Amino acid sequence: MTQTSPIQHETDAAAGGPVLVAENVRKSFGDVEVLSGINLEVQQGETVVVLGPSGSGKSTFLRCINLLEDLNGGRILVDGRDVGFEVRGERLHELSGNQIAMRRRDIGMVFQQFNLFAHMTVLQNIIEAPTGVKGEPREQAVAYAKSLLAKVNLSGREDAYPRQLSGGQQQRVAIARALAMRPKLMLFDEPTSALDPELVGEVLATMKELSGEGLTMVVVTHEISFAREAADRVVFMDGGVIVEQGTPEQVIDNPQQERTRAFLSRFL
Amino acid sequence: MPVTSRPVTSADATRGGERVTARSLSLDVANSVRRKHPWRIVAVLVIAVLLAQLVQLLVTNERFGWPTVAKYLFSIQVMQGLGMTIVLTIIGMILGIVLGVVLAICRISKNPVLQATSSAYIWFFRGTPLLVQLIFFYNLSALVPQLSLGIPFGPAFVSVATNTVITPMLVAILGLGLHEAAYMAEIIRGGLLSVDPGQREAGASVGMSNARIMRRIVLPQAMRFIIPPTGNQVISMAKATSLVSVIAMSDLFYTVQAIYNRNFETIPLLLVAVIWYLIITSLLNIGQSFIEKRFSRSAKQENNSLWSFLTRRSGRRPVAAAGAAGSVPASVTEASNTEASNTEASVTERSDA
Ligand SMILES: Nc1ncnc2c1ncn2[C@@H]1O[C@H](COP(=O)(O)OP(=O)(O)OP(=O)(O)O)[C@@H](O)[C@H]1O
Ligand SMILES: [Mg+2]
Repeated sequence: MTQTSPIQHETDAAAGGPVLVAENVRKSFGDVEVLSGINLEVQQGETVVVLGPSGSGKSTFLRCINLLEDLNGGRILVDGRDVGFEVRGERLHELSGNQIAMRRRDIGMVFQQFNLFAHMTVLQNIIEAPTGVKGEPREQAVAYAKSLLAKVNLSGREDAYPRQLSGGQQQRVAIARALAMRPKLMLFDEPTSALDPELVGEVLATMKELSGEGLTMVVVTHEISFAREAADRVVFMDGGVIVEQGTPEQVIDNPQQERTRAFLSRFL
Repeated sequence: MPVTSRPVTSADATRGGERVTARSLSLDVANSVRRKHPWRIVAVLVIAVLLAQLVQLLVTNERFGWPTVAKYLFSIQVMQGLGMTIVLTIIGMILGIVLGVVLAICRISKNPVLQATSSAYIWFFRGTPLLVQLIFFYNLSALVPQLSLGIPFGPAFVSVATNTVITPMLVAILGLGLHEAAYMAEIIRGGLLSVDPGQREAGASVGMSNARIMRRIVLPQAMRFIIPPTGNQVISMAKATSLVSVIAMSDLFYTVQAIYNRNFETIPLLLVAVIWYLIITSLLNIGQSFIEKRFSRSAKQENNSLWSFLTRRSGRRPVAAAGAAGSVPASVTEASNTEASNTEASVTERSDA
């Protein structure tokens, strides 16, 4: 396929500054504290892989970033701005639902269960938000959607409905749907965990390609090989805090913390 | 036991020819000796006798007054009553659905005040008989002689006598609509809850507002669960309108009552009403089974749902109401056929560009 890279990431806005800043993020469900002070910075173009045992709060952290869960403390900035708040004077003021929706446009998310709109075709899934939310002209949105489908190797499947596709195909459509909003940051929550083993590879390949192109990504996954090959930085979370972080070589091959070692030993 | 659970069709016989010829024909279910059903014959005979008696009664008993039925069936008065019944059904249903959507959304909202208000409304209007509600509204002036718009416990800006505002028509519409809303709210809420929460989250994650998520993502998918029971509600509503006769609203039932109070032809005029109610509900039944067929088909075949039928616009691909359906071999083959042609189409498109 002779295709020039169609992905247009917004690279101008945050000239230099980190795309994601999480400061002392805390989150509880009832009495249970799930996040106990997460600090993380993600730079433009970086791919950060988050590892950690089940229940360590990885999904909760990702969902806090685009405010699918609201935080109880700390602060999260995407592209230099709080997602759910506005700085006025000395304090943060909560934004309205519509204003939050506006800021979520910059943050793409890929879910474990794909969550494609079941009543829409592949093409409709991808252009729904660009045309309906951003007001992009339909022709332009369709053209971009087709180039994204080519990117995720699904050209020609525009008119299929999600349930006619395999899990791997659905997840690649979900990636295209998120990319269609030209997000500054992409969040992946265990994108391959619901897939049959033989379908994992195609999704990881797509993600590696995006990572290589300089998309800023935070990926929660249990695929150590992906972390090794695609991550610029690996973060290990346990018990609601970041226990250790560094390059894949540092964290995966030479972990300093006992908890990291215990976790990684399960994958050997 | 047959090896395959699929029915053998002529198409199968030609396509899967080897499967048929592979087995001995005499041991084929298609050539089996079928059981006799003597009791079925007895049942048919009994029903035939009863039916004959009914026909005899209908024909020979003059008190049915068929000539009178014929005389009034299409009379102007009855037609006007029928018209009123239809109008009340339609307006009552529309009010019920609109208010029902609002109540359902309140009921599942995170705001506890809205939730409680909606629950209380549903509790009250489902918990009291429609007949009582109608008479209660009708006598509202006894409770509140003046309706006024103003500050509670403070001055009123506008004030009118309740009796001048509360006409039988208004009472009928409000009574039917408010009552219906309580039932529709539960149906709609069930439909909304049947949509996977992941769909909402996905909508939110691409920057859609809550209203847009509801309109574009949740409601279209909830329709599959909402429309069939709503059909039942329409049929119930058509019959429930007869209750407004107690507040002197001249619907079909009130009209025939008014006529037989004058001429004492009670039975023939009740028959007129019965015939018209049966016609209305039969038509609605046909409509409903048509809709249900469309919907069960849309589970397999995406483009033919009522939703797409209702929302289709020229130059746009129809939006289909889909649902999580199991694997449907037929549609998969169909789909792969269209996919093949789509691939061709898009390949040519791209080489053009
Ligand atoms: N909506 C919720 N209400 C209550 N508790 C929750 C909720 N969501 C998550 N939790 C709890 O928070 C903790 C962290 O959950 P989270 O899903 O973030 O973990 P995770 O690291 O993503 O785990 P996994 O690898 O299994 O996906 C768990 O103990 C979970 O039970
Ligand atoms: Mg998780």
